[in-house]
Amino acid sequence: MVATTRKVNPPDGDRRWKIVEATMRRHGYASTALIETLHSIQETFGFVSRDALNYVAESLNIPPAKVFGVATFYNLFNLNPVGEHVFSLCTGTACYVKGAGEIVDFMKEEFGLEPGQTTPDGKLTFMVARCVGACGLAPVMILDGEVVGKLSVEEMKAKIREWVNHDK
Amino acid sequence: MTNEELVTIAEKEQEQQKQYRYRIMVCSSTGCLSSRSDEILAALESEVKQRGLENEVFVKKVGCLGLCAAGPIVSIQPDGILYREMTPEDVPAILDRLGGEPLEEKLIDTSEPFFTRQKKNALENAGVVDPERIEDYIASGGYSALIKVLTELNPAEVIQEVQKSGLRGRGGAGYPTGLKWSTVAKAEGDQKFVVCNADEGDPGAFMDRSILESDPHRVLEGMIVAAYAVGASQGYVYVRAEYPLAVKRFRIAIRQAEKMGFLGQNICGTPFSFKVDVRLGAGAFVCGEETALLQSVEGNRGMPRLRPPYPAQSGLFGKPTLVNNVETYANIPAILRNGGEWFAQTGTEKSKGTKVFALTGKVKNTGLIEVPMGITLREIVYEIGGGVPDGRKFKAVQTGGPSGGCIPENLLDTPVDYESLKALGSMMGSGGMIVIDDRSDMIDVARYFMEFSMEESCGKCVPCRVGTVQLYNLLGKFQRKEATEEDLQTLEELCDLVRNASLCGLGQAAPNPILSTLKYFREEYLAKIRKPSPVEEEA
Repeated sequence: MVATTRKVNPPDGDRRWKIVEATMRRHGYASTALIETLHSIQETFGFVSRDALNYVAESLNIPPAKVFGVATFYNLFNLNPVGEHVFSLCTGTACYVKGAGEIVDFMKEEFGLEPGQTTPDGKLTFMVARCVGACGLAPVMILDGEVVGKLSVEEMKAKIREWVNHDK
Repeated sequence: MTNEELVTIAEKEQEQQKQYRYRIMVCSSTGCLSSRSDEILAALESEVKQRGLENEVFVKKVGCLGLCAAGPIVSIQPDGILYREMTPEDVPAILDRLGGEPLEEKLIDTSEPFFTRQKKNALENAGVVDPERIEDYIASGGYSALIKVLTELNPAEVIQEVQKSGLRGRGGAGYPTGLKWSTVAKAEGDQKFVVCNADEGDPGAFMDRSILESDPHRVLEGMIVAAYAVGASQGYVYVRAEYPLAVKRFRIAIRQAEKMGFLGQNICGTPFSFKVDVRLGAGAFVCGEETALLQSVEGNRGMPRLRPPYPAQSGLFGKPTLVNNVETYANIPAILRNGGEWFAQTGTEKSKGTKVFALTGKVKNTGLIEVPMGITLREIVYEIGGGVPDGRKFKAVQTGGPSGGCIPENLLDTPVDYESLKALGSMMGSGGMIVIDDRSDMIDVARYFMEFSMEESCGKCVPCRVGTVQLYNLLGKFQRKEATEEDLQTLEELCDLVRNASLCGLGQAAPNPILSTLKYFREEYLAKIRKPSPVEEEA
């Protein structure tokens, strides 16, 4: 029996769903394309919403429980929207021995943020990154995608303050 | 593509580059790029144009030049000059001094042991070729191994050559590569797969990222040779999504290789066909374990399973699958070009060739190095690494990431090979080497790694899922000086249990950071055991 491809409608009229659709089509709607599709959603929308998970489940004919299971298994997928600005701190070993842990405390004291949290006004998200592989520059932080390294802990704090206050 | 055509491309490229009196190369790996080496490249290009030197000076981007601590690095050939910490503002001065006295204050001394004690194979082209141009790779001998293999050798002879080389898996475990290849080759199946493990998850390790960013074609060529040897028709590169530049460059390499006919149907006019696709990881350390990695390629949660059956018999989609690490594949082209015996000349009796390490932490020269097997840890830390900076005292060197251990000063004369490091309670691992100075508390270090293993445990088996949490909490008691003699005993028993009862390598190796610190820095644990208070003593 030949499986017929059902046309599944995206969660809303956002045209960006076409990008996600294209990823699934390229893989022939195979269930093995799940992780690739989740990547595509996150790249396009910045996070993976519940609606998106259901849409993928239906399109690839995978039980929603499995889609949810995969999306939560991997650290990279955000199931909640992130803030306007994202601060990521590398917590790899080289950064750790050079004092990255103190920056975690600093973020808590200064902005009240634990790793993974966003400020109530939706301005700033604090994430801890797994080793980004720029250990030669340790300690490393990523300010909105820009890698900043080779600073002392005190210099890092000053740089974070300056960056956060930049567009206020 | 025939050998003659390949030689023509190589000669044309060499000819073209020789026309220029100077070649200026700018490091464009992640480390230097984040210090804005792209702006230096742009400034150089426009300044060269402005000065009308386009026919004399050739500017190109290259892969990692190694000394990441001094980045961004610019190299000037044929003069052999290396400049450190370049900025776009330095560009006019560099050009002013071409052919004359070099810019003294920015000069890197290339006669230092950091450069002279290294021996390169996997990194041979890093810092030399433009990673985004296949012609540049061909000009330095690229793809000649593939053509030789396809036209002169049968698969069994290829495997024989790899066996002769003594190459062992560079992902850390050190399984003989030739033996793995021959198992997959002998396995029965209408379809076989070749997979490249580029899920470099050890914190503090960036060897595979640098190889993929600096010389993606070398890895690709290694994979194609492997596919021919084992009879595979489809390959996957499973690479961390945290390495966007490596992903981009590898994708470019695949497209270029397809265009030249090194990938696809009937490669180089032979009946051999092979295709490669990229699969992105999504941030799960356990996916570096081969059975978990294969689950992830299939779109599932990356959970390991019991072996046997090994992937060589039943791997991706239940078919025979060869899984090797990036650096392992990167060693293959030179082995086939120069012969297995050539490779086996370097190294120790059981560990042949060279190994790439990411040397980081409290050491003067942090960066990417490739050294012959058998070199001592002391030579790496003190000669190549330049020792511990800021007048601090060396305390330990950590190898093997969360699965490895901390090696103290009195064992630094141990040679670097698979067996010796394992005997010390650490492991070769994929190549992270982190130097720790006397400011770090070893219980903190052990707990840092335990936190990592705890968070990355996939949760499939109880010893790892529960054991790592218990170990983490016990270490916390030591940190707070609340531990008792009994806790120390429990800690040791629990390490033993987690090591012996866990399903996969993650759990089995997770206690190593505790065990090695207990072995070499036991006094730090003992010092944190709570002394009975006077009141209790009276009671």
